[in-house]
Formats: sequence, C-alpha cells, structure tokens
Amino acid sequence: MNSLQTLHARAAATLMDAPLESPAGAGTRVSNLSRRAFLGFGAGALVLGALLPPMPALAQAAAAPKPGTRVPAFLVIGKDNAVTLLSPFVEGGQGINTGLAQIVGEELDVHPSRFTVECAPPGADYAVINGLRMTGGSFSTRSSYDLMRRLGATARDMMIRAAAARLKVVPGSLTTDDGHVVHAASGRRLTYGELADEALALAPDEAVALRDPANFRYIRKPMDRLDVRAKSTGKAVYAIDQTVEGMLHAAVRHAPHLGTQPDALANEAAVAVMPGVHSVHRLPGAVAVAADSWWRARKAVEALEVAWSKPAPTGFETVAADYSSQGILAALKASTASGPLAETEGDVAAAFASAAKVIEAEYDAPYLAHGQLEPPSSIARFNPDGTLELWAPNQMPELFQSVAAQTAGLPPEKVILHSPTLGGFFGRHFLYGSSNPFLQAIQLAKATNRPVKVLWSREEEFRMDAVRPLSFSRFKAALDPQGRPTAIQVRTVGEGPLGRWFGAIFNGPVDSSAVEGIVAKPYAVPNRSMEYVKVPHPVTIAFWRSVGHSMNDYFYEGFFDEIADAGGRDPYELRLELLKDKPRHRALLETVARLSGGWKRGPYEAEGGKRARGVSMASPFGSETATVAEVSIEDGEVRVHNLWIAFDPGSIVNPAIVKAQVESAAALGLSATLFEDLSYEGGVRQSHNFDDYPILPRRAMPAVHVEIVESGAPMGGVGEPGLPGVAPAVVNAVAALTGQRIRSLPLAKAKIGV
Amino acid sequence: MTTIHVNGRAHEVAVEADTPLLWVLRDTLGLTGTKYGCGIAQCGACTVLIDGEATRSCQVPVESVGNADIRTIEAIEEDAVGRKVVEAWVASQVPQCGYCQSGQVMAATALLKQTPQPTEADIQDAMTNLCRCGTYNRVASAIRQAAG
Repeated sequence: MNSLQTLHARAAATLMDAPLESPAGAGTRVSNLSRRAFLGFGAGALVLGALLPPMPALAQAAAAPKPGTRVPAFLVIGKDNAVTLLSPFVEGGQGINTGLAQIVGEELDVHPSRFTVECAPPGADYAVINGLRMTGGSFSTRSSYDLMRRLGATARDMMIRAAAARLKVVPGSLTTDDGHVVHAASGRRLTYGELADEALALAPDEAVALRDPANFRYIRKPMDRLDVRAKSTGKAVYAIDQTVEGMLHAAVRHAPHLGTQPDALANEAAVAVMPGVHSVHRLPGAVAVAADSWWRARKAVEALEVAWSKPAPTGFETVAADYSSQGILAALKASTASGPLAETEGDVAAAFASAAKVIEAEYDAPYLAHGQLEPPSSIARFNPDGTLELWAPNQMPELFQSVAAQTAGLPPEKVILHSPTLGGFFGRHFLYGSSNPFLQAIQLAKATNRPVKVLWSREEEFRMDAVRPLSFSRFKAALDPQGRPTAIQVRTVGEGPLGRWFGAIFNGPVDSSAVEGIVAKPYAVPNRSMEYVKVPHPVTIAFWRSVGHSMNDYFYEGFFDEIADAGGRDPYELRLELLKDKPRHRALLETVARLSGGWKRGPYEAEGGKRARGVSMASPFGSETATVAEVSIEDGEVRVHNLWIAFDPGSIVNPAIVKAQVESAAALGLSATLFEDLSYEGGVRQSHNFDDYPILPRRAMPAVHVEIVESGAPMGGVGEPGLPGVAPAVVNAVAALTGQRIRSLPLAKAKIGV
Repeated sequence: MTTIHVNGRAHEVAVEADTPLLWVLRDTLGLTGTKYGCGIAQCGACTVLIDGEATRSCQVPVESVGNADIRTIEAIEEDAVGRKVVEAWVASQVPQCGYCQSGQVMAATALLKQTPQPTEADIQDAMTNLCRCGTYNRVASAIRQAAG
C-alpha cells in the first residue's frame, strides 16, 4: 500500500507542479486544476498544458519532421510485397483503416484490399491534425486526405526511381501496376517489395504529381471494409481480448461518490484468501483485487466491505452528497452571471423593441453515457529492460504515453503504448483522469510486480464513464409581422469538454464545444446575440459523438419551429426563405425534401394511424445535414418510422462507409432523443447497466435513408455529423403530430398523446 | 473439475461451479471471440449456442451446462448455416466497431437453423442483441440474404 500511495502522491505532485504555458488566466486555472488534480480527474488538462505550446506555436513545434510526410514512418513493404500502413488514427468502427488504404493505395498504386492497417506507435510523424494527434472531431479523413495522397504518390515515385536505377532505364519509361513497377518496353516487372530497401533510402521528391481525380479507381468507390470478415467471425482483437504471459486480472470497485476515498476495509483478510486472489489494493477513489482470473477478482472485490470517506454535504464544487441532475439544472437556470458573447450581429435590443411578436423558451438535455459495448480495460507490464508496456484503448496515443510515463516515473520514450481496435468509442477514450483504467493498471503492476490487466465491469463503467454534459440554453426571438425572425438571443449556461480538457491550449473566452450548434447557423436572421456563461460541473464531462452539436442543434432547431409556429409559417418554407442566399444549404434542404417524397408536415393518415414529419438542419464538423423524421405515437410512446438525411461533407472517399456512418450516427442520435438520461440523485448516478439505462434496441430502429451530396466545399467530417439533426427533426415531428413541444430530453420522460 | 464440451471438444476446467460460462470460455479456454458487454444478459454480446439455442453465456453458470454441446463464434464457419451467415454479414458490410457482432452472428445462426425462412416478426423476436453502432438494419438485411 505504501508504494502505491507514494506513487499516487508523486503523480499528483507532478501534475500540480506542471507549468502552464498560457499566462492569461493562469491564476484561476492553477487553483481550479489543483483542486481537480486532488480529486483525481485533472490529469488530462494539466498534462496537456505542460506538453503542448499554445496554439500559435503548434506549427513551429511540429516543424521537424513535418507530420505525415516521412514515407518509412507510414509504409512497411515486405519482401513478399505485403503492404502495412501505420495509421495516425485508431480504428473503432468508423472505417478509417479502409479509407486510408483507399487514399494511399490510389496514389501508391496498390489495391486497398492488400493493405494491412495498424495504429502507429507514438511518434511526431503522426501529429497530422495541426500538430496534434488524435482520433476525434471527425478530423481523420479531412485532416489527412491531402497528406496521405501525397505520401502515397511520393512512395510510388521512390519505387519508380529505385527501379530505374536497378534496370538502368529512365524513370519516364516506367509505369506501375498494383504493387509492381513495370518496364513495358522490355516486359520486366519488379515488386515494390523487391525495391523497398533501395526506394526508401532515396530522397523524396516533394513536387511529385498527384493522380487526376478523374482517373481515381479507389477513392470515391464503395469498397469493402478491411476488417469486416474478422469482425464477423470473432477474430478481431480488442483491448479486452489481449493477454500477456503471467498477467494478473484485476477487478475494481470505485467510490460511490466521485472523489471520496476508501477509508477502511473491514474484511480484507477474509477476501485475501478467497479462491484465486493474489492481493487486495487501495487505489485513489477505488479498491481493487488482483487474482488469477477476472471473475474471481470481481467476486472478491465485490465482497469487500469498504468504508468510504464522506462527500461534501452540499455545493457544486465537488460531487456533493446532495448533487442531482435537477439541482445542477436549476443552478444553470438560476445563474445571473454574464458571460462573453459567442456570436453577435446587428442591434438585438432595437429588434426586440420593434418586434411584432416575441417568444421565449428554455431547452435542456441530460448527462449521457457513451455506452460503447466494450467495457474499458488496460494491461500494464514493466519489462526487464526498464520499459513500461501498455495496452490501452485511447484516442490520443502521445498524451496517454506521456501521462503513463509521469505516473510510472519514466521518460515518455520508455513507455511502449499499444492502441488496440476500439469496441466502440463515440468520444469515450480521450484522457479523462480517473475515468480511464490504464492508470490503475500501472499502479497495480507496480504494486504486484506482475503484468496486470484491469477490466471494469459494466457497472463500474456506468459509475466512472465521463459524461456528455447536462446542458441548458434560454432562447428569445423577435418576429416581424410576416412571421420572420428579426432577432435571436440565446443564453447558454454550463461547461463544455473542450474547455475542461484542452483549456490549456484552446483558451479563448468562449468554449466552442459548449455553443457549437447555436452559433454560426446559416439562416438570415439579421440581429443575433449568443451569450456563453461558464458554470463548471463537478462531474467528469466528456466529448460524446458530435459534442456540443449533440444537444445544441436540438435546442436551436426545435426553437426554430417554435418561431415558425408563432409566426404562422411552415417550418420548411421558413427555412428555405431564410436560406435564400445560402445555395449549399438550400440545395441540401431541397434534397432531403425530395428524398422523403416531397415535404409534408402532416398530420396525415398512414398505416397504423396518424403520422407527422419534422425537419431540421445542422452544420457540424465542417459538413452540412438536412434531416426529416416521420413519427407516430404508439401507446403513448414516440415511434420513429423513417429518417431521411441529406448529407454534404463537401467530398468523400468511400460512399458506403459514409452512408454507414450516417446511419450509425442517426441511431445514436435517436437513442439519446428517445431514451437516454444518466441522471444524478443524492450524489450518485441512477443508472448501473443497460437494464436501467436503455439504449436504442432493434425494435425502435427506423428505416434510415441517406443521400450524399458532394458540393465540392472543403472536406468536412463524417463520423459525427449525422447525429445532431435527428433530435430536432423528431421533436418537431412530435409537435406537428400532437401540438406538444418537448424542450427537455429524452422523450421517454414526457407524457405524449395525440 | 468440470468437463464442458465446446466446439466438439471436451475441456476439463478447474473453476468454481457458479462461474459464468462466458468467463470460462474467455479466460480459461482463451476463446475471446465471445464478448463481455453487460454481464446481465441485456446486450447479447456473449451469445453462444447451447444445444443449438442462442444463449447469453454471461448468465449461465458453468455447472448448469452438463454435457450440452456448446458452440462459439470460433467454430462458426464449421457450420453450414454459420458460413452462410458470415458470408451475408460480409456482403452486407454489417459490422462497424464489431464488438457486438460475434453475438449477432450467433443469434442469427440459431434463428436460421430453427427457422430457415424467417419473417420480419421472427427476426424482430430473435434478434434482440444491442448494437451501439446502430447496425440493426444491416443485420436484418444480412439475415434475409442468408435465408434467401
């Protein structure tokens, strides 16, 4: 126990001493983060602040080597001509491995199906997102498309030049054909594998020409995913499936109140002799048992009689004994603080003074769990050569490596990090302090002197998952006599994950992850004022698929229909009118109307009873969506029959994967709309597993019709944008059908009747 | 010692009698294709076939299986129906993250073994496994393809 406590104290001290790069606001940040570090959930923000310079310096810091350009860092071509691509990104279902193989394969001239794609180890070569490396923000394809094309073309050129030297011919006399360099005049062919050693020793030609998109064979084609067969036959290996020789299995029980500690273990001696038990441990905010199998470890840890320290009785500084979702929502509503303007245009006061009509509404959305089906696990092993080897699900390898190094008291280069395929992520595997199990694995490996695999039960995952923040915004609109909005005023109160976890580098006055979806809307509303008031949550908050858009587009687009109703206007026609100077958005809205058989709001009679439709738009992650939902009410519950989604990400790589991602995002959006609420009462979460946190089941899955529109705009994201339009389209359809305006999710808690 | 019969082979396992079959498969036999998702038979990620019935192995104590014939995803392609299901899964490009798909494939195989031409209602009743990636529509279309 002593060594563990020392380790934790050292880690905490290191974290608290970490220098902050930004002088602006450093005073408040230090005290704030120190408190969080004590509570065990500040590691990410602090370490990131220590690791990374502020934004303007990022490009310089990443100057050498320029990420995404060094061919040997990305391509390994064996003598047998097998091609392995080392990816900057983690595959977790979004299809990035296949997309990258298409992009690189197109220019390299290797068929994508012949690629093996692996997540690269930590390294500066892979920091392809503005000097950062992560898998998130729907950034992967759009951030690497140009780089990976150029990388493939550069490598192909090196193969040709190596072949030219070998064959003593001019490079211009050579062509390539699926992994071979061909000298047509003599009929000679060399495999890339034969040439790889010589080719990779050549200086790259930075001016190499790229293939004319008109001649693409792989990009823009619906190619099969590389991982589908393995995932259909149980052969895909996730973190949870990993084993290493001689490892112990550890099960953990976390404090019922976040931030409290195990004071006393009444029956430690009895538990220590349960079958298979190796040892019993106190960890920061948790107890653990290491055993020879996970089931035995779990039975033992659950048998422990633990006295926990007491949470604060009240207040919002910590998760207090009386903390509740209702309480924090009331506090957000009651806040009278003023905050910076996230967006401002025109003269809002004058517009309200001269309005024909003014409407107001308050919208809120609950905390949400990620609910990825693979429970989190991690393996830590200290190797005889002094390195620490880790297998940990993560979306940011270098950051995890750095935090692991600090925890273990090693330099980062002594930490070997494996980033396994993720059994779903949706934002779950960023660095969230005590919400990641890898720190426990390191601590237990150190304490037991054995490799240790920590696996959280589903119940522990529901207790510790970092959550989509509960959110609140108050809307007010001024209407002219024609029912058009002349002003929209929004007050958003709360906290976003970007400020919490990346505040050290993205340190503007407004947290974009709290207001995205409320600002930068395409509609011609001349006077606008969007205020953001930061009120921190004491709970561990997270990025969750589509982040701020996941609730804010619901708020805004729901309120938009209220404006339309108040002005006696059809919500689709009003959107079209306010988009008359936005051809991209207007075209998309008309596309979804056509896709759904022509706009009709209803209610109308259909098989099984009355139905109605709702429409919404969203501009998430550089892409645009227009969504129509068709609903009915069955036994007081909302039934969604169809979702039609027109999706414009500018341009695409694989239409089949894009469609699959939009379907998937729509399903998750619908799940949140209908069912999900990870609520707090008495300082503890009220959901423990999928029985009391229902997620979208098959019976509630609608038909999803996706049309991809390639407007040619700069490439946007794909994995997340399908989600935000679903909630408002469904809620707007419910309002059309029932007259009930739902301003608080999920729909399951509302009483709905036709 | 308990003897269980998995994928046509007998295995002696030294575990407590109440150990869930799931953990015997994963940790004792190393058959990690069968997944742990919830532990309370809600999600179906741990679905295996026990004497042909799709069963959630996280809620099956190993002592209860006796001499039953247990089939896991590792043996799916040894079965004619299982092979058809896998091919349909690939053709329909069903998986995304893939974590639930072992269980989905096992449940679909059990359905098609018992009901070679399932109706939509049959699919709805049999396929209650959760998928957080929302691949439900592709699962259904793959089942229809495998049946056809």
